[in-house]
Amino acid sequence: MATASRPLTRFMDRYQAFVYPAPAVIALFLIVIIPIGYNLYLTFTKWTIGLGQPRFIGFGNFIELLSDERVINGMRVMVYFSGLSLFLELVLGLLIALYFNREFKGSEIVQAIYIFPFAATPVAVALIWRIMLNPEIGVMNYLLRSVGLPGSLWVSGEHTVIPALVMVDVWKWTPMITLIVLAGLKSLPHDPYEAARMDGASAFQIFWYITLPLIWPVLIAALMLRSLDNLKEFDMIYTITQGGPGISSETLYLYSYNVGFSFFKAGYGSALMVVVFLIVLVFNVVMNRLRLSAQDL
Amino acid sequence: MMSKTGTKTLKSILFHVGAFALCVPPVFVFVWMILTGLKTGVQNIAYPPEFIFIPTLENFRAVFQQYNFFRYLMNSLIVAGLATGISLVLGLPAAYSIAKYRQGKIGIIILVARMTPFVSYLLPWYIIFRYLKLIDTYTALTITHLIITLPMVIWLMISFFEGMPEELEDAAMIDGCSRLQSFLIIVLPLVRNGIATSAIMSFIFSWNQFLFSLILSGPKTKTVPVAVYNFISYGKIDWAGIGAAATLIVLPVSVFAFFVRKTIVQGLTMGALKK
Repeated sequence: MATASRPLTRFMDRYQAFVYPAPAVIALFLIVIIPIGYNLYLTFTKWTIGLGQPRFIGFGNFIELLSDERVINGMRVMVYFSGLSLFLELVLGLLIALYFNREFKGSEIVQAIYIFPFAATPVAVALIWRIMLNPEIGVMNYLLRSVGLPGSLWVSGEHTVIPALVMVDVWKWTPMITLIVLAGLKSLPHDPYEAARMDGASAFQIFWYITLPLIWPVLIAALMLRSLDNLKEFDMIYTITQGGPGISSETLYLYSYNVGFSFFKAGYGSALMVVVFLIVLVFNVVMNRLRLSAQDL
Repeated sequence: MMSKTGTKTLKSILFHVGAFALCVPPVFVFVWMILTGLKTGVQNIAYPPEFIFIPTLENFRAVFQQYNFFRYLMNSLIVAGLATGISLVLGLPAAYSIAKYRQGKIGIIILVARMTPFVSYLLPWYIIFRYLKLIDTYTALTITHLIITLPMVIWLMISFFEGMPEELEDAAMIDGCSRLQSFLIIVLPLVRNGIATSAIMSFIFSWNQFLFSLILSGPKTKTVPVAVYNFISYGKIDWAGIGAAATLIVLPVSVFAFFVRKTIVQGLTMGALKK
């Protein structure tokens, strides 16, 4: 070791707890905290990007959004889309994980296949879904009709667009939930199961009274992990419908993007983004409470 | 005896049929993507859809020659490579320190970074980069991608560092290593699985990133998700081109994910079960 570097090494050794995280913390401060601060500042202003300067208007933006019909629509779409997709992903993920929770030939293949939808570029697969869901030439309607069912309008219909988008989201994310729950199931203790079997418990009783309570914290954790992205779903909805037809699939998040980058209203857009953040925050705080209380049992 | 093994075999067959059925939906979309890329434009708008046809590689050629796709692939590779490299250099020591000294408070910044909608960063960054004339540069894209990849690397690595035996490091210190040497020579090789996983996760998420690139990239730095999205805004939608381009985009990340599939799940689970 060169003598010149010794004082530096000694300094780094002594203040390791400070020196090691410092660059990352500074970087995060610059790229994350400062923009969030700027965003918060903008919420109190009225400003069209490219025209003049931000003008301070206090809580004007927040008062405006209370009576904005597209905000109410965005909330409704968000609750509908996220509620349905998160519920289905969790239930299906759990059921499929229970199905695969055994030793079998090909379990490695299943695991490999189930990683692909999660890793695949959202925009790319969303475009393929857009082709598949085309009401006239799409393969989905062809498959429906070939088993005697009527075709659907899918993402082209005002009333079918959300269920169709939920289907795409469920397709992309259920496999990931499955893999997480499966890993959780594999790590469960054996003793309660043996005791239950000795007592002659039925398969359903074992699931309801043993597996479900034990796997509950994993389910909530998976839900939290998934909700972080699901409540802010952008790529898939933007690529497939851009919020349409009309505004029938425009989530609050998508609307905030439109206000910011189609209408260039920086202040009002920022206020909407803060609302989205608060929804994500409240949801996760509540879920975390639920998870901690479940773990204490 | 015979009938007992008979029912067992039947059960096993039924199980495997079910397992196969559960793998059809994930695979089907990818098969359809590849088929779309291998069909001509006319075949792609035929109804009923054609399942059997003579494949053509024409679309893949067109994607490179007409749409200049190689350039976009390189852009994505550069940005994802830079974002991943910087995230590792900054994130590894930070995660190590957080795990070792229980600096949970730093975790709060990471949590905030994860929860904040990307659009909230995009608007300030767009205004700043416009002012600094940095729109359509690798700098702008890399900085914004770091918002995603740096917290991800730290978050994943904390659990890998926590799972590491401390004795080995102590032994190294007794042998006269400095803390820096022991970190570089002893600790990092011990968590190489974790490093590979977080590097690949970081690469995948940067490669897949759409929103930041949609606003902050331009003709010079357009990344592949934006490039393929633009296939539909040229008026006439080129389905065959989209199929070929989508295949090219998804292929590298799928291969990466395949190689670290076990540790990705491990990383996600450990992350999900923390605190």
